[in-house]
Order: sequence, then structure tokens, then C-alpha cells
Amino acid sequence: MIREVHVGQITELVASLAVEACTQLGDDVLAFLERAVEQEESLAGRRVLVELIENANIAREHNLPLCQDTGLAVVYLEVGQDVHLVGGDLEEAVNEGVRRGYVGGYLRKSVVADPLGARCNTGDNTPAVLHTRIVPGDRVRVTVVPKGGGAENMSALAMLIPAQGRAGAVEFVVETVRRAGANPCPPLVVGVGIGGTFEKAAYMAKHALLREIGSANPKPRLAELEEEIERRCNALGIGPAGFGGRITVMDVFVEEAPCHIASLPVAVNLQCHAARHKEVVL
Amino acid sequence: MSRTLVTPLTEEAISALRTGDRVLLNGVIYTARDAAHKRLVELIEHGQELPLDLQGQVVYYVGPTPPKPGQVIGSAGPTTSGRMDPYTPKLTALGLKGMIGKGPRSQAVKEALCRDKAVYFAATGGAGALLSQRIVAARVVACEDLGPEAIYELRVKDFPVVVVNDIYGGDLYVEGPMKYRCSES
Repeated sequence: MIREVHVGQITELVASLAVEACTQLGDDVLAFLERAVEQEESLAGRRVLVELIENANIAREHNLPLCQDTGLAVVYLEVGQDVHLVGGDLEEAVNEGVRRGYVGGYLRKSVVADPLGARCNTGDNTPAVLHTRIVPGDRVRVTVVPKGGGAENMSALAMLIPAQGRAGAVEFVVETVRRAGANPCPPLVVGVGIGGTFEKAAYMAKHALLREIGSANPKPRLAELEEEIERRCNALGIGPAGFGGRITVMDVFVEEAPCHIASLPVAVNLQCHAARHKEVVL
Repeated sequence: MSRTLVTPLTEEAISALRTGDRVLLNGVIYTARDAAHKRLVELIEHGQELPLDLQGQVVYYVGPTPPKPGQVIGSAGPTTSGRMDPYTPKLTALGLKGMIGKGPRSQAVKEALCRDKAVYFAATGGAGALLSQRIVAARVVACEDLGPEAIYELRVKDFPVVVVNDIYGGDLYVEGPMKYRCSES
């Protein structure tokens, strides 16, 4: 059975998810911050964590963005193969959703065209970066990730050689977090993509950011890797806002894929402490 | 305990500040980020007059979200300061006394702060909603065409910042993490 879905529904969802993601801190993040206030040894770090909880309360109460950088809108669409999308161009429907969310929701427009030239603001935060995947079933999953510039700028990708192996990969991730320091607004979510190709590794690193804070990787081997990276990142001492402390990362999420016999791609996508993403299944 | 300071900042007030001090700023501050800095420095290089007098002033690296009807300003937290590093020493040389942002500064900026007796403050990155509540008035004073990057004059009340770089070479982003770094990193 083919199920018809009107692209106008996707427009509406993208618009409301963008506003929601920018104004409402995730329950998993809030729970983490509340635990972290109890655990952080650094006084300066604790003060930052308390401010972030207060910030989330003010944002929710006044329907204000948590952060002024409401990001570039990264949109994931998982479209069931039994779905027939009707009513217009899907990509345009997503961009219209971004336009409505960012203009109507008083979010900041942070997209410029012609990156090497005049860098003129597009005025409505379009275009989105859209990742579409065809999956079994007749559902459509819409996920919006407003991705801020501060954390994105400190992300990195390396084409390691296979001889560098696990140790080399861990080293690269920890070094990326160390170099980033205060810039990406720690405590961070660290998304890691290992294997695949150049672009697949980067895709996985970003997609990994969608996991719930505190959730364990179902693969024990990767769960162990995530714990090791987290321990080593926290040992850097960067702390909340980079003022020094024990808590530098909220969580580390690794996705992996098979890769070429000659390759070992490792991508690290950093996400700030707001860890914004919201999704709905149609 | 936080100390309260009123802008414009005097050299006396600045020399009393030390890395790690918490400060509540009051008075007028100016916003400027990438595009506005580029424009200000171009004016300086061409020997033209600036749209604002920098003497004793504080610049806040921020591009706020648009205000809703009835609001003074939208969410207004700091952006990454490092992007302004190439421009900063030219502004402190003209009397700029304070900057508010987040993230570390270049060696050249740190040297300029010591030389020109200016301080670099951090506001908490990502606390844009909270910080917006401490801004009681906002108006565009220059570069209106730059949209979220226009130069605003903000009137702030008890705006919470931390001294990162003082005029004595202190750096919170170096000294803070050093206290908590463990060998296993």
C-alpha cells in the first residue's frame, strides 16, 4: 500500500521543529546539567552550569532562543519507501519550512551566499542542508538540527592510515577537543564517524549527535571506545565554558562503517552544550 | 563576589582587575562582530572618522536574534572572539578598553591588552536568553545594512562577565584548565 504524504506537512513540521529546538533545551541535556552541577569540582565550572540551567528556564518561559546563534538548519528526512510525496518539490518544501520557522519564530538568519565573495545574508536562513534517506515502511521521520557556527568551526576530519588504528583514531578525537578548547561551548557532545569514505565519515559524525545523552552504544566494542574517549577528553581539564573543570564533554557518540583497505577516515563533529535537535515521525 | 563596574572603563578600574574576577557591567556597551570589525578597521586604515568614539569603551562580540514586538532585544550571548583577533590591536590602540566574547585570543591580542591597558572578558557562551534579560535598551548606531552584524549601542544592567585576560598577562583559558588537567588526557 502506498501512503500519500503532502509536502506541506513537512514544511509545517520543519518550521515548528526549528523553533522548538532553538527555544527548548532537551530533557536529556537538562538532566545532564543538573547532575553535572553536583559533580563538577571547579567553582567557575559550576557557576557556568548553573547559568545554563537558568538560561534554559528563561528561554522556555519567555519563548526565547537558548542561544543567539540559531544555526544553519540541518534537516534529516527518513522517507519510507511506501510513501508517495505529493503537493510539490520536497527540497523547496523543506526550505519553506526553514523560512517560516526562522522568520516567523524570530530566529537569527545566519546563512550567507557566495562564501568567498560578498557573503550576503540570504535573509531567511535558507538553504537548509538536507539529508534524505529512503527506508522501509510508510512513515516519514523529520529531524531538525540547528547547528551553530562555534562548534561546527572546531570540527575536523582526518584520513588516517590503517597502521594508526584505534590508538590513532582516539588520539585524533581527543586532540580535536583539546584544540577546540572554549570555542565550541563545552560541555560538548562529540560525534565521531569512523570508516566509510571522506564524506561518509563526516555524515556519520554529524548523525551521531542525534543520540540521547547518556545512552549506551548497542555495540559493546564501540561503547568501550566512547567511554575511553570521554574519559580522556574530561582529563583535558577544559571544563564548562573552558574556565577549567572536570566536565568537558556530556557524551561521545561513535558511528562506524566499513572502509577501503587503504583507508581509515575519522571525522569529529562537535556540538555545543545546547545539543539542539528535535524530531517527529509522520 | 562579583564587583560592579560602570562604563566607560577607567585605567584605574582596569588595573584592579585580575584573571578570574567576576564583574557585573553597567552602562553602555557596543556590539560588533566580524563584518563590523572589518569595516571599522578599513576606516582606520583610510584615516577616516569612526562612527563611534572608542575611548574607554567596551565592545561585545554578539549578533542577537531579532526582538519580538515589545522586546528590547532577542537572545544575545557572545560569539567566538578569535575571529576578531586580526582587528583587535588596532582598536585597543585607539582607546578601546574592554571586549566581551568567548574563547581564547591570539598572542598578538594578549600583547596588545598589556600594552594598551585593556581587558578581555568572557560572558557564558550559549546563555543568550539569560544575558538578554540584562540588556535594558538597544539601538543601532552604525552599519545598519549589516543586519544581525550591525553596531548596536546596548545599555546593560549587571551584565555578568568573567575576566579572561587582564593587563598583567593572565589567561583564564590557560590557568583554569591547567588546574584540572590529568595525565591520562
